[in-house]
Parts: sequence; C-alpha cells; structure tokens
Amino acid sequence: MSRIEQVFKDLREAGRKALIPYIMAGDPSLEATKKFVSDLERSGADIIEIGVPFSDPLADGPTIQRASERSLQQGTTLKKVLALVKEIKQYCGIPLVLMTYFNPVFKLGVRRFIKDAVGAGVDGVIIPDLIPEEAAELTGPAGQYGLDTVFLLAPTSTKDRISKVAGVSTGFIYYVSITGITGSRLSMGKAMRDTLNSIKKASEKPVAVGFGISNPQEAARVAGLADGVIIGSAIVKRIAEGRDIKRFVRSIRKAV
Amino acid sequence: MNKKFHKLPDAKGHFGRYGGRFVPETLMPALIELERAYGKYKKDRNFLNELKSLQRDFIGRPTPLYFARNLTEHVGGARIYLKREDLCHTGAHKINNALAQALLARKMGKTRIIAETGAGQHGVATATGAALTGLECEIYMGSEDIRRQALNVFRMRLLGAKVTEVSIGSKTLKDAINEALRDWTTNVRNTHYVMGTVFGPHPYPAMVRDFQSIIGVEARRQILKAEQRLPDCLIACVGGGSNSIGLFYAFLKDDVKMTGVEAGGRGIRTGMHAARFAGGSLGIFQGCKSYLLQDSNGNVLGTHSVSAGLDYASVGPEHCYLRDIEKVRYTYATDREALKAFELLGRTEGIIPALESAHAIAEAVKTASKMSRKSIIIVNLSGRGDKDVQEVAGIKGINL
Repeated sequence: MSRIEQVFKDLREAGRKALIPYIMAGDPSLEATKKFVSDLERSGADIIEIGVPFSDPLADGPTIQRASERSLQQGTTLKKVLALVKEIKQYCGIPLVLMTYFNPVFKLGVRRFIKDAVGAGVDGVIIPDLIPEEAAELTGPAGQYGLDTVFLLAPTSTKDRISKVAGVSTGFIYYVSITGITGSRLSMGKAMRDTLNSIKKASEKPVAVGFGISNPQEAARVAGLADGVIIGSAIVKRIAEGRDIKRFVRSIRKAV
Repeated sequence: MNKKFHKLPDAKGHFGRYGGRFVPETLMPALIELERAYGKYKKDRNFLNELKSLQRDFIGRPTPLYFARNLTEHVGGARIYLKREDLCHTGAHKINNALAQALLARKMGKTRIIAETGAGQHGVATATGAALTGLECEIYMGSEDIRRQALNVFRMRLLGAKVTEVSIGSKTLKDAINEALRDWTTNVRNTHYVMGTVFGPHPYPAMVRDFQSIIGVEARRQILKAEQRLPDCLIACVGGGSNSIGLFYAFLKDDVKMTGVEAGGRGIRTGMHAARFAGGSLGIFQGCKSYLLQDSNGNVLGTHSVSAGLDYASVGPEHCYLRDIEKVRYTYATDREALKAFELLGRTEGIIPALESAHAIAEAVKTASKMSRKSIIIVNLSGRGDKDVQEVAGIKGINL
C-alpha cells in the first residue's frame, strides 16, 4: 500500500476526511515554499500538492496562472522542484504530490522523471493534461517504482470515462468539482452528488474533490460527500497578497 | 514507405508517434462527441450538399488556378501556377474550415462557437461563419495582436462577434488558444471550439485537414486540365499547417515533390523565428504531440515572424509524420525573403499576397530558378495581403 493510500485508509478508519492544500513551488521563492510546506503540515494538512510552473497552464485560472508566471520568473524548473522536495522530505512527514503539466515531464524523460521523483521522495503525480489513453508510458514504470499517478474526473465525465479513469488512477481519484478551470466558482448541485456516487460505484479508491473550493463552508459540504478536499487557488491568492495562510488552513481543517 | 499513410490518423488520433490527445479530462466527452458527429456528418448527404453549395455561392469556390506568366518569365525556370485562395470570401483559405465547423456546430445543437486568432484571419472567418449560421461567437485574441490588427478586430465586431482580449503570457496566439481552451473547458456543454488549424487534440488535425483538402482536390483537377499532367512540385507556407496540408493532401499518393515553408524570422541562429523543424524538438503542447520550440525545461519559447499567421511555437502533427517519411520537405524563408517576395508578386503579377503566402512565393522563386522551363510548380497563395499593407509600410518607414 502506498503512503497516500495509507493516509486515506487511516483517515477512513478514524472517520475523518483528507485536507489537501496546493501551493505553487517557487512562488514567491523556493525558500518560501519550504516554509509554506511546514506551515501547511502544522496547520493540519494530510497531503500537500506542489505545483510545478509551466509556460502554458491551460487548466488553470488567473490566480494560478499568475503564480506560475512569478515562479518561472524566479527560474523555477522541474529539476529544482525535485531537489526542493528532497530537502523538504527530510523533515516533512506527510505525502507530497507534484502537480505538473506533461511537457516538462516529457522533456526531462518520463522514466528519468519517475526515478528522480521517487528518489526525491515524491509520493504521487497529477498531470492535468494527461488522459489515461496517452499515459501508458508513465503509468507502467510509475507502478514499478511505487509512484502514484492520480487521474482526474469531471462533471462532464460519462460512465465510460469514469470506469476508465477510476481503473487507472492510483493513490486517489481527483474529482474536478466544476466544469471549468482552477479557481472558478464552486457549484455543488445534484450533478456533483450524482457523479461522485457513480465514481464510488465504479471504484473503491478514495476520491478527493478540488477546483473552486474557497472557504470553510464549501469545504465542509464537500467533505460530506468525498474522502478529501483539495484547496489551491484560495491559498495561492493569499500567498500572492502576502497574507498568512496558517489561520486560513486551520479554519478549513476544522470544517473538514 | 508505409503505403497507408493517407489513412492516418489511427483511431486515437496518432500520426505515427505524433498527435493524440493531451487535454484536461473535462474536455474528453466533448472531443469524443465531436469525433462521432464529424464521423457521421462527413458521410451525410444533406450536410455535404449544404457545405458544397455554400462553398460555391458563399466562399466563391472553386478558386482559380492561375498561371503566373510574368513571375515565371521573371524567374526564368519552372512554370509557376498560383492556387488563388486569396480570392476566397474573407480573403484567405481559413473560411473553408471555419464555415464547415460552424455548420457542424449547428448540426450538433451547439448555440455558441469560440475561436482563437493571431492575425485575425481565422477570427474573421469564424465570425463570418457564426453570422451566417446564427450562432453566438466569441473570439480570443492576445492584446499584442489586438494592437497590431485593429482593422480585423473591428471587422469581427461588425460581424457581431465578441472579441476578448488575452493579456497573460506573451499576449499572442498561443495565449489566445490557452484562453479559448479554458473557455471551452468551462462552457463545453453549449459551445463548440472552432480550432483554426490542423493542430490540437484529435479529431481537429484530421477534421481541419479534410475541410481544407478541397484546395488540393481542385488544384489537381485544374492542373490536369491546363497541362494534361501532374505538377512536379507543390509549395505552401506552414504555420499550424492547414493551407499546406489542404493543398498537399490530394497529391499524397502521386509522385509529386512537396515543400512546406516555415517562418525563418530573423534567422535560425538569432532564436527569433518560428521554424519548428529547423529549431525545435518533440514536445506536448495545446493538445497534441509534435515539434515544439521549447527550452531545456520544457517551457514553450517565444517566436518571431513578420507574418502573424506563421508565428506559432508548434506545428500540425501530420506534418511531422510527412517529414519523417520524407513525403514533404520542410524549409524556411526569412522575414527579409518574404518581404521581397511580397513586393515581387505585386509588381510582376498585380497580386499582393498575405505575408504568410509570401514565404511560399519566396521558396517558389528559389526552386523554380533551378528547374527546367518544362517543369511545373503550384504555389498555394493562401491569402491576400491587404491585412499586411500597414505592417509593411511601417517596416519600410512609411507613415500611412
């Protein structure tokens, strides 16, 4: 069982839900990212998602686009993020998941990426522009090396897509709560409940919900339906404004 | 050589190792829906008849295949024919695809179409298709391009389209595509994305190619009538690659040489160009696997060309495949060469070409001069140059 799966199993047995905050590596600096990871761990995060900046983040809304731009201006690269994770892992006890677009991984070499990521202590990877049909090159070796590969589902997902994605995703399944990009406004209607139910029917793997959750009330409602709550843009926005994230994450923790 | 290459892509949209689908999962159902709808309507007699009559009466097809006698004499080599896509309604080949996709969108029950545009030609073509079919239309355009192409922005608005400024990243075509994809991801239920070239996730490269392939079908018939034989060589410029594949596709089974001309900008060594084959490497960008201008960390590089329509960091996946199997040769023309050809065609033939097409003319002059007077070249004159007049005047230091 992977470390991510273990976290979900322990939480499930304790009747609790996972809190998964997201931050952009290198925004505003790699040093700051180290501090934020510690802050997030101490504020009750169960897993942390670390974003790798990319020149063309087409699944992201303005908040994370701008964070990505700032990070690139600092010279952040995938290699530097892997080195950062290696440092962080010496004191951070919770699983870390990288969120990166596919081209930086492809450019580095998929197999080399997997080896380097596992060597650095990365527990899983989320690639928002990679669908299962194109992922064999990644999922095969990742399975061998023990790197979880998290795939995404969306409100538009059909039964076929749900069973395909649920079948190949490891660690957990990432459910995109909205038909849209990161940081959009959340809508939690019947559609979301229905899709989550279909996913649950198709697979026993844990499901975490992300995109658009921005406050404790929304987090609490999502936690009622899923195994984990992912919060990205709301945290990245606070970082961009120079505001403290600890209190915010603790308030979400309480709600979840 | 693989004899079945003209049957590509495969079921998952691959042209050999290129192409495919690299998109957020949210879009997958829409791509599958589009693939099915296109598969159905490309065999649907009513759809094809409607398209055919609009091609004739609205776009003005068939466009002429014109023997450029003066240019041929000026060069003193092969006989040069021009496929006059510049005479299409709205001034370029882009309408062939945009109109067909607008019709398809309406058949699919979509109420809204969106598109990206660089120089504005595809935006104008899509806005035109939307006006004709009664669909709501929104065009994404980088703020840098909006500034450079004020005339086309106003044309789109006159046609009833909403033009939305994209002011992130390099503020040009690639950022407009990102934003259009984000819009599509958000509004996928009622919206169709009219991709303007043979790029992006499957089925776009194949579908746009099919809608443009009428260029080559006509040209093949026309040259057989005019010369009683096939040409020796075809030449077209390659941005995303829709006008070139449109010309080449009907000739793929023939023994005809083909050349695609990329934008050499200020020269490959300066890094200020859009020559993906000369200066790029394999990468994944905006929905497919193809040659890409990128840095060593996989971030997409800025590009430069005097012609906005060729100024893009990647190239249609089928072109990569045609290059690998040595069916098409790819070269580039620099800004300087294109500008020279721009003026040459105006003076010799009375035709001002689009700066994009001027790249193909520049290569045709080079190639024709090395060939015998009996040889035949067809150049795709993909668009007219009115849109570039102001830009060229500026380069020449003339204030209009």
